[in-house]
Amino acid sequence: MTDVVMPQMGESIVEGTLTKWLKKAGERVERDEPLFEISTDKVDTEIPSPAAGTLAEIMVEEGKTVGINTVVGRIDEAGGAAQASAQAQPKQAPAAAAPPPPAPAAPAPPPPTAAPEPAELGPLSPLVRKMAREMNVDLAQVRGTGAGGRITKQDMEAYIAQRGQAPAAPAAAAPAPVQAPSPAAPLPPAGAPKTRIEPLSNMRQKIAEHMVMSKRTSPHVTTIHRVDMTKVAKMRERYKAQFQASYGYSLTYLPFIARACVAALRQYPLLNASLDGNNIIYHNEIHIGIAVALENGLIVPVIRNSDEKNIAGLQRSIVDLAARARSRQLKPEEIQGGTFSITNFGSFGSMVGTPIINQPQVAILGVGTVDKMPVVVDDAIAIRSICHLSLSFDHRLIDGALADQFMTKVKQVLEGWSEEVL
Amino acid sequence: MRSCCLRQLGRVDYGRALELQRRAAADRKAGLVPDHLFLLEHPHVITVGRNGHMENLLASDEVLARAGIGFYPIDRGGDVTYHGPGQLVGYPILDLREWKRDVGAYVRGLEQCLIDTLAEYGIAAGRIEKLTGVWVDGRKIAAIGVHLSRWVTSHGFALNVSTDLSYFRYIVPCGLTKPVTSMAALGVRANLEEVGERFAAHFGRIFDCEMEIVESEIPV
Repeated sequence: MTDVVMPQMGESIVEGTLTKWLKKAGERVERDEPLFEISTDKVDTEIPSPAAGTLAEIMVEEGKTVGINTVVGRIDEAGGAAQASAQAQPKQAPAAAAPPPPAPAAPAPPPPTAAPEPAELGPLSPLVRKMAREMNVDLAQVRGTGAGGRITKQDMEAYIAQRGQAPAAPAAAAPAPVQAPSPAAPLPPAGAPKTRIEPLSNMRQKIAEHMVMSKRTSPHVTTIHRVDMTKVAKMRERYKAQFQASYGYSLTYLPFIARACVAALRQYPLLNASLDGNNIIYHNEIHIGIAVALENGLIVPVIRNSDEKNIAGLQRSIVDLAARARSRQLKPEEIQGGTFSITNFGSFGSMVGTPIINQPQVAILGVGTVDKMPVVVDDAIAIRSICHLSLSFDHRLIDGALADQFMTKVKQVLEGWSEEVL
Repeated sequence: MRSCCLRQLGRVDYGRALELQRRAAADRKAGLVPDHLFLLEHPHVITVGRNGHMENLLASDEVLARAGIGFYPIDRGGDVTYHGPGQLVGYPILDLREWKRDVGAYVRGLEQCLIDTLAEYGIAAGRIEKLTGVWVDGRKIAAIGVHLSRWVTSHGFALNVSTDLSYFRYIVPCGLTKPVTSMAALGVRANLEEVGERFAAHFGRIFDCEMEIVESEIPV
């Protein structure tokens, strides 16, 4: 037996992390053939085998950091593969070997195309075992990509997704040499499955990461203002038909709100900024992102130089970006560089929401439904078109007083709308 | 004194440069060629080291594809990083057995070359303990990630000269939530090739070798 040790990689280096075994226990290795990889201080190093033989024992698992000269494994120079793997097994696979297969337990010669022995599956996590049981997966059919070829949850999900088959009877997956599951004849489910597992789409994963990152980065505070949109509603009514006729699309509330935001962003540039370490980056241009819901996700295309556009220009940009977002034809630069965002959840019937900031921006405006409501005007009850606007802002940079000044400006512009529309 | 071939390659596709490094490292291991230093820049690309965490990649494949950013999982140390135009990338292919046989000293040496190069432009750069790379006021200006096989190095460093830093928004560089910077962001206008020449001079001094400029086309 030859000990394999964590090598000395330099004077100042006292330990290393074993990142990957390039051979499995029981596998043959030649002298000087790369055996494992270690990582020290941003340097990845392949370590060659000190001897030829069989990797008899793995003593330090992947991911573990050990001191130099620690024995990480042993190489059996004499032993055949069978003997070596027998030695390695008790350490390696207590889990998978647990229930003895009922019928074909006899040591019959395995068929030439036999599935790998369960012992070779390595240790299995309880989750993987549970998934295997519930989804009736033969683990021998699943390719492990985890540490040491271990089967991970992702491998299970990928396998199940690829198998494209409803979970069969939740019988224990007997590790007998099973044939590949034939999709033509799924077993009838014994009872309705309690869960269904589906891997996240890429977009979903990125959205999830971004949302968590944003919440972790910025202390979010949301302030909500009630805005009387009656004037804007009238304006919209007056020009809607004309708009449709001359441009081919309808006139919504959104360009009015974007226009009001531009005015307020000009007045309070801190809301059009980013925080970078201990510096505030003021963006001299105003690029407003408009959140667009997609079938299974969302994207925030950007109206560049929003401040240079009138109502017609903003409406055109919104219609165009939303349509191309849905048909996935946006160019990369059209989803980058936003300095402020607007999300219109009112279009889905929400009255008030608390949106999450689109990093690295520092504020986002949420637009609720515009509803006719009875309100008190000059001590009389009147029917007005009311909208709730909510602003989530990054409290690291923006205080409530400033956020409310900003919102008051937005409200003033909308309530006293004076700009021409056409 | 050992000699080290210096090759300034200009803009090279990441995959092509990877192949070039592999070949040079294999030849170096076989003792067929002397040490090499490749200096180049890449088109937009994001790479992830062997121990990298995919969660540090913030954009989906789709977004990357649309933004024209390539993506490579590779065998160097370190986490996720971005390369792109305006960044001086250096791939030293050195046999460390002929230098100090010490990976720690090698990484510190690379950092020193970068620090000395930046000092020539009046930028006071330094180290942050336990965070390999070169830093200016808590911002990362150069990243380091190395692969070693039989003491022969590959991969290396990336120094932001006039890099468009907005591309870093797609990643958490090296898994650290620290900001990045560039020479340009610090107010220094410099030409990539010239920065490369100055770097090479420091490299020769620190790694104790004579730099020999090799003018050649990239083998296809």
